[in-house]
Amino acid sequence: MADLAATTVVRVFRDERAAVLATLIRYVGDFQVAEDAVQEAFEAALTTWRRDGIPDNPGAWITVTARRRAIDLLRRARSISDRAERLAALLRLDQQEHAPMGEASAIADDRLRLIFTCCHPALDMPARVALTLRTLGGLTTGEIARAFLVAEPTMGKRIVRAKRKIADAHIPYRVPAGEELPGRVRGVLRVVYLIFNEGYSASEGDRLVRAELCDEAIRLGRLLCELMPGDTDAWGLLALMLLHDARRAARVDGHGRYVSLRDQDRAWWDRDRIREGLGALERAVRSAPPGRYQLEAAITALHIQASDADATDWAQIAELYGELGRLNPSPVVGLNHATAVGFAYGAETGLEFLGPLLDDPALDRYQPLHATHAELLRRAGDLTGATRAYARAIALSANGVERAELERRLETLTADRSGDGG
Amino acid sequence: MPEYMVLLYAPETEDEQDRWADMSEWLAVTESLRKAGLLVANGPLHPVASATTVRVRGGETELTDGPFAVTKEFLAGYYVLNCADLDEALHHAARMPTARRGSVEVRPVMSAREVPAPGPDAGGRKRAGTGNG
Repeated sequence: MADLAATTVVRVFRDERAAVLATLIRYVGDFQVAEDAVQEAFEAALTTWRRDGIPDNPGAWITVTARRRAIDLLRRARSISDRAERLAALLRLDQQEHAPMGEASAIADDRLRLIFTCCHPALDMPARVALTLRTLGGLTTGEIARAFLVAEPTMGKRIVRAKRKIADAHIPYRVPAGEELPGRVRGVLRVVYLIFNEGYSASEGDRLVRAELCDEAIRLGRLLCELMPGDTDAWGLLALMLLHDARRAARVDGHGRYVSLRDQDRAWWDRDRIREGLGALERAVRSAPPGRYQLEAAITALHIQASDADATDWAQIAELYGELGRLNPSPVVGLNHATAVGFAYGAETGLEFLGPLLDDPALDRYQPLHATHAELLRRAGDLTGATRAYARAIALSANGVERAELERRLETLTADRSGDGG
Repeated sequence: MPEYMVLLYAPETEDEQDRWADMSEWLAVTESLRKAGLLVANGPLHPVASATTVRVRGGETELTDGPFAVTKEFLAGYYVLNCADLDEALHHAARMPTARRGSVEVRPVMSAREVPAPGPDAGGRKRAGTGNG
């Protein structure tokens, strides 16, 4: 059945391509050659499987085919260092067995090597993100380009350039050791976090592709936890992504409008994601003081665990935001801290926490600040001030969905005011 | 082992005295690289005013008085290091005093194997659009 061959190719591509590629790169010593070999193996699979049927172990078939293509390609690629030795090793391997290369632990090591290489700090951040999605995720260059709203040739060039730099500059294919490791792990987690945020935060662009970014980031997060089970930050990041993603379907209504946490239909939340996320969070805080991902995940968990918006434990959320602000100060964290304080201890107290941010000239054009200010003023009963702050936020908003929501709130406010008189 | 050229960029505002202020540090870094067997070559360059940039356009040689690009930094020196990989080269680049005040560029040096083999037109390499057909 032709369709079964195609769907199997898609599944194996998504689930096993990165592992096959990771091991082949180690043998071949060159990203591009290994990638070409794996690509050709998948192309051959489609034709062969349609004709001869699907093999018992499709992943092993791809591994062996990619290895033989790599041998052919290596014979022609004279610029690769230690070419003769690498060819000999591949030929030896090919004669020994037809099963997948190496032990499970060796395969895991190869995938870690691949992650650390794609996220190497000598590559610029957009290149790291693109290369990670391309080589470790199951996304095509076209899909990555659409997700980041750049032209496909631009994204293609970015990926090719990154691979060339890896080859030309001899970026090592290894897991960093010793004192270097913690910083590099943080760098890898950051790349995954950026991929997730790109998929989660923006409401413009191709929503379907953006959902795929979230899924890819979560897959990468799971992989990192599997490969580095002792890393609490990795578990924290996975928890954070799962708990945010659990609410993805509830964040936008049938008309494409943003739905705030308070108004979300909790029946739309993904229970499996929540369960997995809470489990990951437990592992993340078990043996080490919480880092930024753990704190963010814990805040999200508190929101989710409340039976409804009014039952939320705002005092604890405010405390966690305070801690997050000490660890990783940013305007966003400051705003969320003030908001949480406002809910826990009253809008006036929240406004006091917002004061320093409002005094910062650098944040004058920061739309979320004015939206938060408006919300707190409204709840404190200062409707004139709230109207002014909403107008300012609307004027600064560049996002259609967001602006519509702000305008709706301003209208409600105006209705309340005229209602006061009657 | 691959070789790396480590290029040192100093701020243009730096005067001669500033430039040599870290002399003992320079000597220590250089000596430690030499002892470790990593040092291939190194040397300071004359100040930026002595630079000449050479360009060839349509067979004509053009000379420009000055460095290759207008930046706030000038190329102040280089090291050629023999390192296992980029990580090792970056590690040593970060030890250069210039890394603190200016920039240090690490550029991989092409090995003989990586230089394209001369084709039939080995005398003058053809460029797209400039060939005479």
